[in-house]
Amino acid sequence: MDNNHYILETQNLNIYYGNFLAVKDVNFKVHRHQITAIIGPSGCGKSTLLRAFNRMNELVPSARSEGKILFNGEDIYDPSIDPVEVRRRIGMVFQKPNPFPKSIYENIAWGLKINGFRGSKSELDDLVEQALRGAALWDEVKDKLDQSGLSLSGGQQQRLCIARAIAIKPEVILMDEPASALDPIATLKIEDLMRELKENYTIVIVTHNMQEAARVSDYTAMMMLTGNEERSGTVIEFDRTDLIFTRPKDKRTEDYITGRFG
Amino acid sequence: MTTTIKSLVSLNHQKRNRERVLVRALTFIFAFVSVGTTAGIIYELLKETVLFFQEVSIIEFFTDTRWTPLFASKRFGVLPLVNGTLLVAAGAMLVAVPLGLLAAIFLSEYASERLRKILKPILEILAGIPTVVYGYFALLFITPILQDLFPQTQIFNAASASIAMGFMILPLMASVSEDALSAVPRSLREAAYAMGATKFETATQVVLPAALSGVAAAFILAVSRAIGETMIVAIAAGQQPKLTLNPLESIETMTAYIVQVSLGDTPHQSIAYKTIFAVGMLLFVMTLVMNIVSYFITKRFRERYE
Amino acid sequence: MSTTTLIRDVNFERDLSIRKIKGKIFEILAFFAVLLGIAMLLTLLIDVFFDGLPWLSTRLFTEFPSRFPEKAGLRSALQGSIWLMVLTAAMAVPIGIGAGVYLEEFAPQNRITRFIEINVANLAGVPSIIYGLLGLGLFVRQLGLGRTLIAGAMTMALLVLPIIIVTTREAIRAVPRSIRQAALALGATDWEVSRDHVLIYSAPAIMTGVILAMSRAIGETAPLITIGALTYIAFDPKGPFDIFTVLPIQIFNWVSLPQSSFHGLAAAGIIILLLVLLSMNALAIWLRNRLIIRW
Repeated sequence: MDNNHYILETQNLNIYYGNFLAVKDVNFKVHRHQITAIIGPSGCGKSTLLRAFNRMNELVPSARSEGKILFNGEDIYDPSIDPVEVRRRIGMVFQKPNPFPKSIYENIAWGLKINGFRGSKSELDDLVEQALRGAALWDEVKDKLDQSGLSLSGGQQQRLCIARAIAIKPEVILMDEPASALDPIATLKIEDLMRELKENYTIVIVTHNMQEAARVSDYTAMMMLTGNEERSGTVIEFDRTDLIFTRPKDKRTEDYITGRFG
Repeated sequence: MTTTIKSLVSLNHQKRNRERVLVRALTFIFAFVSVGTTAGIIYELLKETVLFFQEVSIIEFFTDTRWTPLFASKRFGVLPLVNGTLLVAAGAMLVAVPLGLLAAIFLSEYASERLRKILKPILEILAGIPTVVYGYFALLFITPILQDLFPQTQIFNAASASIAMGFMILPLMASVSEDALSAVPRSLREAAYAMGATKFETATQVVLPAALSGVAAAFILAVSRAIGETMIVAIAAGQQPKLTLNPLESIETMTAYIVQVSLGDTPHQSIAYKTIFAVGMLLFVMTLVMNIVSYFITKRFRERYE
Repeated sequence: MSTTTLIRDVNFERDLSIRKIKGKIFEILAFFAVLLGIAMLLTLLIDVFFDGLPWLSTRLFTEFPSRFPEKAGLRSALQGSIWLMVLTAAMAVPIGIGAGVYLEEFAPQNRITRFIEINVANLAGVPSIIYGLLGLGLFVRQLGLGRTLIAGAMTMALLVLPIIIVTTREAIRAVPRSIRQAALALGATDWEVSRDHVLIYSAPAIMTGVILAMSRAIGETAPLITIGALTYIAFDPKGPFDIFTVLPIQIFNWVSLPQSSFHGLAAAGIIILLLVLLSMNALAIWLRNRLIIRW
């Protein structure tokens, strides 16, 4: 396998909350500069799996994981690696937009400052503008950078959160149902944005909206509850999106996609 | 003779309604007692204050620098008392604010749920100890230590009272601030962590600023408490009204003065009797203003997180 | 734009270790702040304990105050405190609970209600000595009650009233709406719903609130000094119209005397006061846990 092709790879990943096995035996690879969607019925562990990629699960005290997640060949769960380092490289956008109660400018500048930005104000201004352009938000906010991030509409707030995430130039952007709290028009804007972003970033998105996954992603991982009492989630199929949605290999995938289940 | 259900029910209904109206009226009166209390306070204070200012000019009250109403040659400048009150309060805040805020951040951001459940009530105990006990502690424990460290410390001094008061107020500062910090939604913290911030950065640069109005309100409440506190200063701070910034000296606060006069045998037509009401009025106005400001800060600048 | 990079980037790494150190220092400082508060509490308790232990004896309960420390006791002060508590509670509890019930159950959403609520909230923040001035002007002088137990009790009742009102309201608010709606659906008036359902369920929490309010009152000194409770009383109070003293005032009096033996007596008095407070709080917590009805 050409190591350069896969930016993220999970190996025998198991995620526990206390004694409860939430995610079981996951093995798949995320292709660089592609959009990978994780789909499946609610409660099957999609978000848990996504949050494993930037070690956000660790915020819950009882969470632990076994197995590896390789980022450019290096295991991010290696004890010598601080989660802070991981999160700088692998960013996240959340389901409900959560801009800081600071100005639009400060929302973006703050991430740069804590991650060691040492430059002039004009350089900072440039980076902020870059990030806002990258999130297709610049034209809408360029005259009101001093206003609170909370003064924007829902869709704009989410794009602000995306701008905030890409400002520190991560390599991967994780998105946890990014459009589920937005109206259809805002949703389409986010989807367009994702297609633009994949030129420079790799995107992994969790969604319960199958049509969205079909429209937007290049690869799809199908998750489902399996295991003894059907309480652990695992990836039952992983393939190119066009193949998953036209010729799924697993019957359960086919059932889910055609709406018979889930 | 048959009684219909309708007539039975309606008779019963009248009785039940009467009972209801009666209870409503009674409890309304009870609730209005609080209005009566405020009215009473204002009336009683105002009554004697007006009489006081018929004998002493307002200008003298607010500008003279000596307060000697109990001496033969009487001067009625309230500034020394205000000075004493503010000096002790400032010292107390120097103790309570940093410690209280740090404690609040620790409890809200760092401590596990179990640890919080243990530590928070213990800190609350500090607030439940009667102020006479703090006065005892200030005079008989803190003062000797201060005198060892700084030999020029007088037996009655502002600093001992400040320190004791600071610890008494600490739980108030910590508790209200911690409530404000806890009210900041988890999603904001997650947003910060997801960008690679450390816990310290998240706590101080995202959570604390987001909770700022709550913390400011806590601060003002604490100051208000410090200003109105009586027993600690009555026991440990002294009865020498003077204008000074030296905490190691003996001073007198507004509240301690009222106690001083009340302990003596003051005929109620005397000017001394009226002074305690005038001073009390000033104290009441000061704390009222602070409580109002605190309320407006909470209301006006209540953070919108979504 | 993206190249294969290892997670460890040298410049960021250098920054990161400083950031982590800063974080660690801060965490230690913050924990230390909590510890300091607890340490101060312990220091205070230990100091009082050691000062007062030698002076604890049954004499404290049987003797009146005296010029001679070996003969001095808290007899009048303790009785005064008990009398005061009973009289205060007799007035404050019905009025406070009644007011709380009104505000929570009956009060319409209008300006009068708002006005009452503002008053209650404001009164909670008024320094206790101001209540003393109110009591002095109104009860002692105008109503001519003099510096008696009844005047003191009325003053203290006004002081604790806001606390009881607030805790009553919170207790009532905690009763689930479903109980209310079930009772109303059976054709009960709002008062009957309160009387037979809501108050029953909120009673433990209300009781807890009352006990806590009274435990506040026991330690109050300033308002009572102001209305003229004396510092030297050498007889048993026989009724509400007697002059009196209370435990914290006696402690205050002894602390203010120059002889160190009186300081020891004061500490002993403090021990008794703290024990009383401890028992009241323990009782309140026990009651709440015992009587609480689980939905």
